Amino acid sequence: MMKGYRNHPLWYAYLLHRVSGLVLVLFLPFHFYVLSLALTKPDKLNGFLHWTEIPVVKFAEFGLVFLLAVHLLGGLRLLVLELLPWSANQKAMAAVATAGAFLISGTFLLNAV
Amino acid sequence: MDLRLYIAQRLSAIVMIPLVFGHIGVMIYAIQGGLSADEILSRTQGSIFWFLFYGLFVVAVSVHGAIGLRTIISEVLKLREIFLDLIMWSFGLVSIFLGARAVSAVTWI
Repeated sequence: MMKGYRNHPLWYAYLLHRVSGLVLVLFLPFHFYVLSLALTKPDKLNGFLHWTEIPVVKFAEFGLVFLLAVHLLGGLRLLVLELLPWSANQKAMAAVATAGAFLISGTFLLNAV
Repeated sequence: MDLRLYIAQRLSAIVMIPLVFGHIGVMIYAIQGGLSADEILSRTQGSIFWFLFYGLFVVAVSVHGAIGLRTIISEVLKLREIFLDLIMWSFGLVSIFLGARAVSAVTWI
């Protein structure tokens, strides 16, 4: 059974921030490795970049951009809460962060396809 | 969490606010017409701006990712402090090394 405190928008905001952060941090070494192929093995990099033309990979990229954007906006929400003397409209900020991330990653996807 | 780690986490986050907005902009611009090694290098090679932009980004994200990873592991696995610190430093240093290699690969002439 779902615990009471979990049935709250700000718990989901916390979960989204944590999951997005974890996925991004695991993606990062792989991202760096692929880019460094430009120096060591340009052919291999082009082979890899060609693979990114596959629609399902584009959708995965959309997911990564979404996670980056939602982590950015969710982090801004946290910084605002911690550093500025505001406390009202917390749920609205969480909603704005998620909606903004969809807007950003949606723009990415529209340009990618 | 250690106060110094908390401060480093928030400072690295603040540094990255403009960098992440910029990076998202670059991605949306660069993805148009598909990506290739030549396309990436023609934008980045020999550019001091992108070298500094992504160089700073690599340092900040390595600090931020390493501390974030430490926080998650400490809450999920309840490891001893020494192991948490070992994981944090290992991840951070490997990330800075790989990131520096990637930045130099695409910006160095």
